[in-house]
Amino acid sequence: MNGAEITVSVEALRKTFEAPDGGAVAAVDGISMTVRAGELTALVGPDGAGKTTLMRMIAGLLKIDAGSLRVLGLDVAADPQSVQDRISYMPQRFGLYEDLSVQENLDLYADLHGVPQQERRDRFARMLEMTDMARFTERPAGKLSGGMKQKLGLACTLVRSPDLLLLDEPSVGVDPLSRRDLWKIVQQLVDEEHLSVIVSTAYMDEAERCAQVFVMNRGRLLAEGAPETLRTRAQGLTFTATPSEGMPARELQARLIDAPDRIIDAVPSGGSVRFIRQPETDDARLRDLLHDAPIEPRPEELEDAFMMLLRQEEAEVATALTDQPASEPASAQADQDKPVIVVRDLVRKFGDFTAVASTSFDVARGEIFGLLGPNGAGKTTTFRMLCGLLPATSGHLEVAGLNLRTARAAARGRIGYVSQKFALYGNLSVRENLEFFGGAYGLRGKRLKTRVAASLEQFGLDPSAQSGILPAGYKQRLAMATGLIHQPDILFLDEPTSGIDPLARRAFWRTITALAGGGVTIIITTHFMEEAEYCDRIAIQDAGRVLALGTPRDVRQQAGDAGVMDMNSAFIAIVEQGRAKHDAKEAAA
Amino acid sequence: MQRAIDYLARTLALIRKELLALLKDPSSRTLLFAPAVLQALLFGYGATYDLTHVPYAVLDQSRGAASTDLLARLDGTGVFKRVATLTTSSQIAEMIDGGDALLVIGIPSDFEARLASGRQAPLQVILDGRNSSTAGSASGYVSSIVASYNQSLGNTSSITVVRRAWFNPNLESRWNMMPALIASLSMLQTLLLAALSVAREREQGTFDQLLVTPFTPLQILIGKALPSILLGLVQSTIIFLIILFWFQIPMNGSVWLLYLGLFMFTVAAVGIGLSISAVSLTMQQAMLYTFILVMPLMLLSGLLTPVRNMPAILQLATYVNPLRFGIDLVRRVYLEGAGFGDVAFDFVPLLIVAALTLPLAAWLFRHRLN
Repeated sequence: MNGAEITVSVEALRKTFEAPDGGAVAAVDGISMTVRAGELTALVGPDGAGKTTLMRMIAGLLKIDAGSLRVLGLDVAADPQSVQDRISYMPQRFGLYEDLSVQENLDLYADLHGVPQQERRDRFARMLEMTDMARFTERPAGKLSGGMKQKLGLACTLVRSPDLLLLDEPSVGVDPLSRRDLWKIVQQLVDEEHLSVIVSTAYMDEAERCAQVFVMNRGRLLAEGAPETLRTRAQGLTFTATPSEGMPARELQARLIDAPDRIIDAVPSGGSVRFIRQPETDDARLRDLLHDAPIEPRPEELEDAFMMLLRQEEAEVATALTDQPASEPASAQADQDKPVIVVRDLVRKFGDFTAVASTSFDVARGEIFGLLGPNGAGKTTTFRMLCGLLPATSGHLEVAGLNLRTARAAARGRIGYVSQKFALYGNLSVRENLEFFGGAYGLRGKRLKTRVAASLEQFGLDPSAQSGILPAGYKQRLAMATGLIHQPDILFLDEPTSGIDPLARRAFWRTITALAGGGVTIIITTHFMEEAEYCDRIAIQDAGRVLALGTPRDVRQQAGDAGVMDMNSAFIAIVEQGRAKHDAKEAAA
Repeated sequence: MQRAIDYLARTLALIRKELLALLKDPSSRTLLFAPAVLQALLFGYGATYDLTHVPYAVLDQSRGAASTDLLARLDGTGVFKRVATLTTSSQIAEMIDGGDALLVIGIPSDFEARLASGRQAPLQVILDGRNSSTAGSASGYVSSIVASYNQSLGNTSSITVVRRAWFNPNLESRWNMMPALIASLSMLQTLLLAALSVAREREQGTFDQLLVTPFTPLQILIGKALPSILLGLVQSTIIFLIILFWFQIPMNGSVWLLYLGLFMFTVAAVGIGLSISAVSLTMQQAMLYTFILVMPLMLLSGLLTPVRNMPAILQLATYVNPLRFGIDLVRRVYLEGAGFGDVAFDFVPLLIVAALTLPLAAWLFRHRLN
C-alpha cells in the first residue's frame, strides 16, 4: 500500500436540506476533494459548515443530491452496502446500550458486524488495553463518565478492522484528559495499522496532528493542505502583546478585538494577548491601538490561519455586542467590597457517592469566575447548587447577600441563568419568551416594555421570530437576553460556548467581558480551556474536590514551574497531580 | 398589597405562557378539541346496549295463523331481523354455529292446535350464549313480545308488571352512557395534558430555566394547573353541548351544580396528571404512566359496568378513583336533577384526591431525585 492511494474522492458534491422556515439550505455546496489512504485527515469548520453531512454521505447514510462520491474505489450512491461493509463510522452521539456492560456492548457490536469468534478475543483485548478499560468490563455503559463513554464508543466502532474510519467530532463535550487519550488511540491505529481516518473537529490542536486538513464553511471548502502549509497564511502577522502591570489581559484583548480594521483576531493567553494583525494596516495605527503594550512576534499556528479564513468569509457577521449600559445590575450594591457569592464547606452527596466534597470559595462583585473540571468532576453539581437548582447536603451558600437555604426565591430573583442547551420555549416568539421571563422576575407594565425593547436592541434580535427555529448563534443571544432581562447581579453560564463557532465565541466573550465591566458577576463553566484565560479566577475540580483555585496565572504556576504553559496542559497537569496525590493517600491508608 | 399584586402578576405571566405554548400551534389546537368532538360522536352512536337488527331464524313447523301473527309481531318491532326461514331442525345448529343468527325460534307443529284447545303452547328459543349479554336482552325482548301476544289472545295473567323507568323512560343506554362521557372523555385529555406539561419542560430543559426564576412551587403549581383545568372544562363543555343539542338528551339539573362538580373533578384529575408529570423525566414516561393508569380508572368508574356488581375489594378501590364520583355526580345532576345535598358525598373523595396530589406535585417539582 503506498501513500498516494486514494480512499475518498469527491466531485462537485451537493446536498440540500429544508430549513426550519421552509427554505432550502445547501449543507454541502459543491465540494470537490481527495483524501489519501493511510493518513489522518481532518475536516474543520464552524458549526453548520457541513462536516457531519459530508461524513454521513461518505458513510452512505445520506443520499447525494448531485456530484459524485467514490469511497474505497466504490460508488457510494450505487452500492452503499458494500462501502458500509468496509468502513466504520462513529457519529457524534454513539449508540451505546446504557444498561449493558462494557463487555456486552462490545459483544453486541461484534455480533452486529459478524466478527468471527476467534478474531474477537485478540481484538477485544487490544481495544480494552488501548482504551484502558479492561478494569471496567462489567460496568454498565450508562455508569461511565462522558469521556469513558466516548472511548467505549470508539472501541465498539473498531471491533472489526475497517479500511476507513470516520469520526464525527469525537471530542465534543469531552474534557482535555479524555480528549488526549482518545487521540492517542487514533494515532496508534494510524501508525500501527495504517488505517485511513477522517475526523471532523472544532479543535485546531487536533487538526494540527493530521496529515491533511480541509477547512469548510457554509457547505464550501475554504482551503486544504497540510497544517504546515495552511499555517503560512498567517506568516508574519502573528504577535503577542503584554498588557501593562495590573491590567487584565482581557481588557487589552477587548480593545484589540473591537478594532477589526487593524486586528483580525485577539485572544487572551497566559497573561498576555495573542493577536493577528491586518496585513494592510500600518505600524503607526497599530501602536495607536496598543498604547504602550510591548509586542513580540510569535510563530503562527493553524488556529491563526483558520481564524483569518473565517474572518474573510464572514466579515459582517458576529459583530461584538458591546457597550451595554442597559445590562448593569438593577440593585446598586452599597457594599461594593463584600463578596457576591460565599461558599463554605459545601457538600453534596447522592446516596453514598460524594459528588462535591467540602468546597469553599468567594466570588467578588464584577468578577468572572470559571468552574473547570473533567467530565464527572462535580462542577455541574456545584454549579446547580449555586443557582439554586439543587439543594446542598450541607454547608453554607450565600448568593447576592442572601442565604440560598432560607431566602431561596429572593436569592433566585438576583441571578440570571443560561443553560448549556437551548432551554427557552421553542414555539413562542422571541418577544413572548422575553416577556414571559421578564414577568417571571416581576417586571411588568412600562418597565417590562422598556427592558424587552432594550434587550431586543442590545442583542440584535427580531421580536417576531419563532425562537425554536433561530440559528444556533441567535438562540444563544436570546438565551443571554433572557438571562439578563431582569438585570441580575450574577449571571450563571453553563458551557455557553459548546457547539458555537469560533467567531461567535469571540463575540460572546466580548459581551461577557463588557458585562463584567458593568459590574455583573459571571460564573461560567467551560470545556474550552483557553477560555479560562478570560476569567479573573478559576477553580479546577476533580472527583468532587477543588484542586486549584486562583487567577489563571496562579493556576498555571501551580501546574508547574514553566509559567508559559497553556491552560490545556496546565489543566491536565493539575488533574493528574491531584489524582496521583489522592491515589497515594489511598495507598497509605 | 404591593407584594400581593406582584405575586399575582407573576403567576399570571406563567399562566399566560402556558396557554400560549399550548394554543399557539394550530395543530396542537386541533388536537385539543377534535378528539373530544369525535369521541363524543363515536360513543353516542357506537356504544349502546340497545338492540336493533338482531339476526334471527325461524323454524316454523306449525305454519298456522297464530304462528304467522306472532312472527309478524316479532318482525314489526324493528329489533329483530329475520335472516333465514328453516325447514328442518338440523339446520338450527348451522345457523347458530356460523354466527348467522343470534337466536332461532322454533314453533312446534302442534302450536296452533294447542292454542286453539286452550292448552299450554311451548315455544322454543335457542340463543347464542357466546354473547351472553346480547342474547339475554334479546330473549327478554322475545318474552315481552310473547307476553303482549298472550294478552291480545285474552290470556291475561292475574298480575301484570307495568314498567316505568324514571329519568330514562325508554331505558335507552345512550342516556346512561352519554352524560358519563362529560366526565370520562374530558378526563382522558386533561390527564394527558397535565401529565405532559412538566415532563415536556423537563425533557426540553426549560424546567430548569423556570426553576431558577423566583417562582415558588405554589406559583408553578397554579401556573401549571389552571390552564389544564381550564382546557379540561372547555372539553367537558364541548361534550356537554353535543349531548344536549345533538343527541338531545334532556338535562334535568342545575348547570351551576354540574360545573361545580366538573370543576372539582377536573382539579382532582389535574392533580393526578401533574403528579405523574413531576415524577417523569421524559414525555414518553409521562405518557406511559398515564395510559397505565387510565385503564383501571375507566374500568373501576362505573362507566360501563356498575360498581355495585364488583367484588368488595374492587369496590373499595373505587373510592380513590375520581372518575367514579365524577361520573356519579354528572349522571345524577344531569338525568335526575339532583341537588347539592344529594351529590354532596361525591365531592368528598374528589377533594381528598386533589388535596393529596396537588401538594405532592408541587413538592416533586423541586425534589424529584435525580
